[in-house]
Amino acid sequence: MKLTELAELIDGAILVGQDRADLEIDRAYAADLLSDVLALTDESTTLVTGLINPQVMRVADILNVVAVVFVRGKHPSDAMLDHARRAGIPVVMTSKTMFETCGRMYENGVRPCRNRPMSGAESVGSSTG
Amino acid sequence: MSEPTDVGCGVRRIVHRVAAGDIERGGAASSEVTAELRALGVPAAAARRAGIVAFEGEMNLIVYSTDGGTITVEVTPDAIDLTFEDDGPGIEDVELAMTPGYSTAPEWATDLGFGAGMGLINMRKNSDRFEIDSRPGEGTIVRCRIFRGRS
Repeated sequence: MKLTELAELIDGAILVGQDRADLEIDRAYAADLLSDVLALTDESTTLVTGLINPQVMRVADILNVVAVVFVRGKHPSDAMLDHARRAGIPVVMTSKTMFETCGRMYENGVRPCRNRPMSGAESVGSSTG
Repeated sequence: MSEPTDVGCGVRRIVHRVAAGDIERGGAASSEVTAELRALGVPAAAARRAGIVAFEGEMNLIVYSTDGGTITVEVTPDAIDLTFEDDGPGIEDVELAMTPGYSTAPEWATDLGFGAGMGLINMRKNSDRFEIDSRPGEGTIVRCRIFRGRS
């Protein structure tokens, strides 16, 4: 779905990226723990989070995420919005919960990103040191 | 932001100093490293992996080091080398520290969503070569190499 359709679907407001209305949102990852975001988010994924701190936009920028959706009415700070503008990452804000936001997105065709949590064996076996 | 320095043989070096406990700036150096790598023409996938490694290493310096440390990034024609160095406290048991979910993070860090015990593991996962050398009382050096052509 398009960025504007996503915003309408979750009664959200586009805080950054009003000029990117046609941006395609087809995959998402939702978490409130940055370690999980760093370990499991694919490229070309939209990040859904209720976490408001300066690290969120830095991580989103590093990971090349497509857009960030802030849930539970959490309003990102001006510094976070500045970073989003500089990095060209649209930001949507909604007062809905994480659960409802994800449910509505899934119901309308957005799918999880490809990555799966590491199993213990996999994480041990991948050592290249 | 420190400017990349040409250190010869087509190698560019960038050094970032990271202060202990400065959570507000946490990730800022890594965000800059990623931007610098993109500006140097490093492929997007490699820059992204280097950014993840840098972020995890930077947070480790902030949360765990006694007096902060440095992130040194060297960009060669083939690879990106990231080195994280601090002067202590050092890691008692490196193998234990590399166990998924094991963490000694203080409460102020976990309250902010850090210290899930996945940092070093995620650094290794995103590196093509990973080395950790730590001595209690002396300090820790983590070296990560990412080949530019791999994703």
